[in-house]
Amino acid sequence: MTVRVQTEDFDLSTEVAALRAQNPKVGAVACFVGTVRDLNEGSTVEAMELEHYPGMTEKSLETIVAATRKRWPGTEVLIVHRVGRLYPLDQIVLVATTSAHRGNAFASCEFVMDYLKTHAPFWKKEKTEQGERWVDARVTDDAALERWGLSSVNAEVKEP
Amino acid sequence: MKIQLKYFASVREALGRADEAVDLPDGIATLGDVRAWLRVRGGIWADTLAEGRALRMACNHVMTDAGTRVTEGCEVAFFPPVTGG
Repeated sequence: MTVRVQTEDFDLSTEVAALRAQNPKVGAVACFVGTVRDLNEGSTVEAMELEHYPGMTEKSLETIVAATRKRWPGTEVLIVHRVGRLYPLDQIVLVATTSAHRGNAFASCEFVMDYLKTHAPFWKKEKTEQGERWVDARVTDDAALERWGLSSVNAEVKEP
Repeated sequence: MKIQLKYFASVREALGRADEAVDLPDGIATLGDVRAWLRVRGGIWADTLAEGRALRMACNHVMTDAGTRVTEGCEVAFFPPVTGG
């Protein structure tokens, strides 16, 4: 399965081995792992709660995988995103893409993350010494997706 | 028309509920209409769903906008900008 939402941790080596198994056409694998920082916007983060929209989350991630494979034919894509309670140093998300050559592997991996950050229904809530707070969306993430020619208004106050 | 409503993250917390089934009165045709109709409940509903608040919406698991028409039995969700990854 190329898309998974789970509470459990994941192992990068195991996931990459499975993704490129039996596929000698693969000459490049690019991976991104997002992790929990202990500091965000000046506050010490003690823990994080990741909420999502069951059903829509999987569907949106599958849409991202399909868009990626259309843009870079022959690319295989894996997305694993954790939900629930996470702590500093924990892994949050894994994106791995394969291709014949490194250019498409690097590009497609970044594309998946830029798309996910602005379109997949996940929400982070941080627990800091000042209490709990929902993490704000960033306009820089919208700008990151727009580099690929796709519009994004996730972080804007006004409606799309 | 009967539809399902879902709320997530800060919107869910503010409204104090995660989901509900509602029977829409005649004339409520779009997601924007539903949002405005819910605001009539007043209080936290008027505040959380106010125009100008950063609110995203989905219909049947697809992110969409206020102009999208609701259909019998559809699932409409309201939530803040997403922050995964």
